[in-house]
Amino acid sequence: MSLHTDYSGPYAQAHSGPQVVPPSPRGSRNDSPGAVRRLLSWLDLKASPYLLVSPYFLLFAVFGLFPLAFTLYYSLFDYELTGEQEWVGLGNYTELLADDQFWKVVVNTLAMFVIATVPQLLLALMLANALNKRFRGQLFVRMGVLLPLVTSVVAVSVVFTQLYGRDWGMVNWILSWFGIDPIDWKAERIPSWLAISTMVDWRWTGYNAIIFLAGMQTIPRDLYEAAEIDGASKRRQFWQITIPMLRPTIIFVVLNSTIGGLTLFAEPVMFYGGRIQGGSDNQFQTVAMFIVEKGFNNFEYGYASAAAWLLFLMILVGSAINFMLIRRIGGRK
Amino acid sequence: MWDATLLTKVMLAFTIILSAFPIYYMIVIATRTNSDAVDVPPPLLPGGNLGENIVRVLNDPDAQFVTGLTNSAIVAVSVTVSVVIISTMAGFAFARLRFRGNRVLLLAVLLTMMVPIQQMGVVPLYRVMVELEWTGQLKAVILPYLLNAFGVFLMTQYTEQAVPGELVEAARVDGASTLRIWWNIVLPAVRPGMAVLGINTFMITWNDFMWPLIVLAGNPTVQVAIRNLNAQHSTDYVMIFTGTTLSVLPLIIVFLVFGRQIIGGLMEGAVKA
Repeated sequence: MSLHTDYSGPYAQAHSGPQVVPPSPRGSRNDSPGAVRRLLSWLDLKASPYLLVSPYFLLFAVFGLFPLAFTLYYSLFDYELTGEQEWVGLGNYTELLADDQFWKVVVNTLAMFVIATVPQLLLALMLANALNKRFRGQLFVRMGVLLPLVTSVVAVSVVFTQLYGRDWGMVNWILSWFGIDPIDWKAERIPSWLAISTMVDWRWTGYNAIIFLAGMQTIPRDLYEAAEIDGASKRRQFWQITIPMLRPTIIFVVLNSTIGGLTLFAEPVMFYGGRIQGGSDNQFQTVAMFIVEKGFNNFEYGYASAAAWLLFLMILVGSAINFMLIRRIGGRK
Repeated sequence: MWDATLLTKVMLAFTIILSAFPIYYMIVIATRTNSDAVDVPPPLLPGGNLGENIVRVLNDPDAQFVTGLTNSAIVAVSVTVSVVIISTMAGFAFARLRFRGNRVLLLAVLLTMMVPIQQMGVVPLYRVMVELEWTGQLKAVILPYLLNAFGVFLMTQYTEQAVPGELVEAARVDGASTLRIWWNIVLPAVRPGMAVLGINTFMITWNDFMWPLIVLAGNPTVQVAIRNLNAQHSTDYVMIFTGTTLSVLPLIIVFLVFGRQIIGGLMEGAVKA
């Protein structure tokens, strides 16, 4: 995801050189091998770039553009189990907006997104600030922080689900030390959201910290030295220098988290033993799970496609809101 | 910058323990018996049943675990090779060649990074696979993943940095064709970027769950095999945890070997983004 799409710098530089035509050996006009070579090299110059980018765009047309367009098409039809299709126009969309289960999964998705993302990003910022100091064993610590990211989502969700077990789970056992009665994490909405959010946080906090760290390391040192001379405290330096300078990185991380959070799938599926319903009463079913349930358990292709477009709309709106919020952080420079 | 205080060091140590604990716990249970797994307090040290548990998982007819591991390896390797090659080619063109539509096409690539095609396009892609009678076959999982917008973006950035424009111009003066320049000059120069993209792609593909779950009925990848194991033996913790351990092991090995490159690549990608 680029935030600076301006390629004029290195791009312009690379091509500002003279137009190069390979020298023909003798250079005479009637020298046909030379003319052929010139033609070939002209062709090479004009055609090769397209040859190099075409595999990407051909595959994208087949596996990206085509499914997107067809999702829109499908969303306008009602599909029967027999494969019959009937034009319903925007019927699927109006039906979705009146569907209690759909609203429930939207609320679940948004709630888990917020519960997981907000503390995660704050923790990641603190962690990055700590990693940005000098200490021995930098590489070891960074690898330790990143370990969750390289493990399998499905596998770790299985482990967490067991840790959150009602009767023998380690989380309830630890809570019992504080006199808290066992919680049935899968039974109710808020406990299940919390449990799933911790899985997401566990996986992504370290990754985001590493990304923030990368951003922090590009901030010029003399800014801090000047602030130091002016007598600014470390805390003040963090809020007045680090956070505003980090804005592009924060935008990158938040947009990534928005897309990832709103398409959450594997963790809640594994939390319910690999099933798609997200709890006995859809307590923790997400929009992505809803799409799969409608599309592939119930074969309501049109309905699932309409939900997919509404999910995309949610991502666009969510990204736009987040983008505008972050632009305000630390004032404008 | 400044030296870390004791408080910072304690915080970092605590973070690492939290990061590692679920994985450690998974391995501990994989070495024990089912009655240990439901003990309160839970066991925190490895037992001696690992070998036996592995044999049980690998021979379980419902889970098809060996099939899962093999399938995941085939899918992840083919996807990685393709993504790296396609991204390197396109990245070179976008970074160092002049052609009409260069910027517009690159912008199109970047915009597609915002679209969750995997969730969005799942219905029509599935129906295509049904029409082609490809469901249950690995090509149904491999083909849609042969390209990756992030890869093109990363290699464009990397090529700009690693391949000086003058080098490309000089090769042209010497009469080298574009493809020859790509092969002889660009590829050797961007190898570190290819490695980062390759490792990244391998891990993402190995971890993928939703699409294989939908389209590969009866012929699972390793993630789907874990899900099957979990659905069919929901109380056999030892079996499930042994399976999950086996599925994570390849990733941990890759990480231990290439940790420095993975972190370097992540940080570099983030700064340029």
